[in-house]
Amino acid sequence: MDIQHVNVKLMVQNPEDADLEPLIPVFHRWIQDQECEELLLDVADYRHVPAGPGVVLIGHEANYSVDNADNRLGVRYNRKALLDGNLQDRLEQAVRAAIGACQRLEDDSTLNGSIRFNRREMEMFINDRLLAPNSNRTREALEPEIRALCQRLFGGAEYFLGHGESDPRKLFSVSISTEKAFKPNELLENLLV
Amino acid sequence: MKASNAFWAEQLAGQIPEGLAREIEIFETELRLRRQGKIEERVFAETRLRRGAYGQRYDSGQRHDGKKVQKLLYPSGSLTKGPNTLWDAPGMQRIKIPGGGLNARQLETLAELAEEYSDGIAHVTTRQDVQLHYVHIDDTPSLMRRLAAAEITTREACGNSVRNVTACPFAGVCQDETFDVTPYSRALSKFLLGHPDCQNFGRKFKPSFSGCSEHACGLANMHDLGLVAVERTVDGVKKRGFQMYVGGGLGTVPYQAKLFDSFVPVEELLPLAQAIARVFAQYGEKKNRNRARIKFLVNDLGIEKFRELVLEERKNLPPDPRWTEYVQTAEGFREEPLSAGGTIPAGDSEDFRQWIRTNIRPQRQEGYATVTVALPLGDITAQQLRDLADIVRKYTNETVRTAVEQNFVIRWVSCADLSEIYRDLKAAGLSTAGAGTIVDVTTCPGTDTCKLGISSSRGLAAELRKRLAEQSFNLDAAVENLHIKVSGCFNSCGQHHVADLGFYGVSRKMAGYAVPHFQVVLGGEWEHNAGSYGLPMMAIPSKNIPEVVTRLTNRYLAARKKGESFRDFIKRIGKAEVKNLLEDLTRPPAEQSDRGFFRDWNDPREYSLGDMGVGECAGEVVSSVDFGLAAAERQVFEAQLALEAGDYHRAWQMGYQSMLQAAKSLVAAELPGISDDPEQIVQEFRTRFYETQKFFDPFAGGKFAHYLFAAHRNVEAPRHPEKARFLIEEAQLFIEASHSCYYRMGTPVTV
Ligand code: SF4
Repeated sequence: MDIQHVNVKLMVQNPEDADLEPLIPVFHRWIQDQECEELLLDVADYRHVPAGPGVVLIGHEANYSVDNADNRLGVRYNRKALLDGNLQDRLEQAVRAAIGACQRLEDDSTLNGSIRFNRREMEMFINDRLLAPNSNRTREALEPEIRALCQRLFGGAEYFLGHGESDPRKLFSVSISTEKAFKPNELLENLLV
Repeated sequence: MKASNAFWAEQLAGQIPEGLAREIEIFETELRLRRQGKIEERVFAETRLRRGAYGQRYDSGQRHDGKKVQKLLYPSGSLTKGPNTLWDAPGMQRIKIPGGGLNARQLETLAELAEEYSDGIAHVTTRQDVQLHYVHIDDTPSLMRRLAAAEITTREACGNSVRNVTACPFAGVCQDETFDVTPYSRALSKFLLGHPDCQNFGRKFKPSFSGCSEHACGLANMHDLGLVAVERTVDGVKKRGFQMYVGGGLGTVPYQAKLFDSFVPVEELLPLAQAIARVFAQYGEKKNRNRARIKFLVNDLGIEKFRELVLEERKNLPPDPRWTEYVQTAEGFREEPLSAGGTIPAGDSEDFRQWIRTNIRPQRQEGYATVTVALPLGDITAQQLRDLADIVRKYTNETVRTAVEQNFVIRWVSCADLSEIYRDLKAAGLSTAGAGTIVDVTTCPGTDTCKLGISSSRGLAAELRKRLAEQSFNLDAAVENLHIKVSGCFNSCGQHHVADLGFYGVSRKMAGYAVPHFQVVLGGEWEHNAGSYGLPMMAIPSKNIPEVVTRLTNRYLAARKKGESFRDFIKRIGKAEVKNLLEDLTRPPAEQSDRGFFRDWNDPREYSLGDMGVGECAGEVVSSVDFGLAAAERQVFEAQLALEAGDYHRAWQMGYQSMLQAAKSLVAAELPGISDDPEQIVQEFRTRFYETQKFFDPFAGGKFAHYLFAAHRNVEAPRHPEKARFLIEEAQLFIEASHSCYYRMGTPVTV
């Protein structure tokens, strides 16, 4: 399977206190400065929709958002354009991009630390039902690759891989959590090893 | 863009009707040819439009990011999918939903597509379509195949074609309808889809069905072809038919449809529609897009002549067995309940009772009700679509429709199930009360995604919705039942003309800056199938619009007579009084350090018109053009007062004068000594602004200049009310275009 379109979502700490409005100027600034590797285009505001995509930074190759799908608030990286390399490379690219976005948001002085990540949970989705239907077969095929990535990402530390929702209509997903809070910098460094 | 694009054709082989599969294959080939430069971009643009694949804001490859105009350097470089439309730029995919009818599987398909090709949101439009935004053109064939496998087509969702055939979402279950129009809307939709007689229109053609003439649901009066169900007894036998209206439409200048026939028997529906299509294709304007809708043809010919041409065409039509076959097949349409009827529960919470009051409508079939799912700004998430699919399966035989108020209507819900369905909707975030009330603000996409947007209609609608929802428990019934509709520009996609309180986006210069504004349009009528259109009152800065709503509704509550509608109230107090009430809101705040006032809703960028850059602060110096345009605004207002007073001659004259004044102001910037002679003004305006295209709107071209030229030519023509109203609308648009032109002229000439 030539799996593409990896999504990674890192969960926000204290989601009930998070205010998404200040994200709008932040994302506009990212566009002004073209902060990311992708060509950044526009900001879509869906705060009015319950459990929706929240505030989305639309890019050509990928979208970044602070998304509240399933009432789980998190920073999401949604890869749209195709990537070269093997699946391990694609998983890694999406994880890096999502962590990078979290770091930028946490470091943004205009947000006054209002968005922080809980550093224990992430979700991974494949946004293509034909290549990766939400089935056991996809799980069996992808799990070794995801585990290999987690092994590197967490530097051999313990992590838990949970199955996402079983509804076959939903995107294939897994949840990844750690006992110990991870440091974004360390994770990125681990991936270099 | 999607890795799976290469595999969907094979995956869905046998699941797509042959004709549709072939069409999508052809479209895919056209995409390939365009990539190789073997199809001209204009031709390709119309090709994709006829398949519902629209352009989107910033697709020219540049965007003002608040500081500067940024070039968007896409990987496909300068390859285009239409004039000035880059290949890689995200687009909008419109999906036709005839009569708004959907089943659970189709809802699930829309959910998948929203998630995989768009940004996770499906948007219900004011014409019962569904739109997905930020879609890459390369993904559209796969998207269309997946829709086709679910029996949905995007064919002729845009372009110069027969658009979605809309119908009242309560058809078949409404207490007031004459009969269920659903089968007939389906038959017409099927018959006209891809019909050879509908392939050569100069513009789009929008049909609509309504079950009765009193209520709004079908909005027959504002459609190119409006059909209202009526019955007639012939030789003691009740016969079904339609009042047929033609030539209605909103757009820049709204036209009320004309009655073509007070009774068209159902068996004549298809052939007569075909004859109308032929006359439109044959006689309708082709070169000038701005006069190509059927409303201009009907208006220019007069309804009698138009009718004569159609009836002549009808006589010559070769008989087509589908005329009866489609209608008879469609008449077999039945909707049945899933479970036995019941009674509406009293409810144990205030939220539930409020929802019952505003979102539930008892059906004509005892024991059943419709449930309106109110969508904020017409938006629904992929997960909510799946939840909705589960809900319509659980409680009904999958009977759900989209509504022109950008909601879903679930039909045939047993009243005994209302408590339970409320719980399920609540869990899905779909139980918002206030459907069809003032809280349920309708809006077009505006500057969020539309290339023509001037002000943020969605931003304003979201703000109004939020503020009104906070007060929803305390709203007086007279205010609660008002309608607010917002469009991002004069094109009326948000249907602002038929709202009690309508707004459309314009811009004005203040202190040297462009500032987003909305024209306040009052006195429209939603009921009686969009019975009458409101008139623009004055332009107010966007950030002051919530205060406009507060003042107008408070004044209405305080001063209305018993039983007086908002429309009648506005008529009674008059435009001058409304202007007094709102005048101070036209001005910027004294403290201008608050830059938020100069920005649009939910958009922190410095506001700019298109990518024309930031206005330089010219301090408090007011230019002669500013003064001239303000005078033109005053004159058009006086024209409205004259119209209100029934003085059509003066109304027409003042409207004309206001255009002359605006034109003169622009000319004076280049030719300071210009006289008051209309001939000289028009001549100079033509040479300096029209022929040089300086006055041209980026999208409407020279359309607004023609309003002045036509009025100048017809200065001696006899006046009647409708002509005076049209002229005032045109004058208003001419003045708006003059403001935009002045903005484009750069640093103002100062006095
Ligand atoms: S009314 Fe104007 S801004 Fe709104 S969708 Fe129509 S063209 Fe676009």
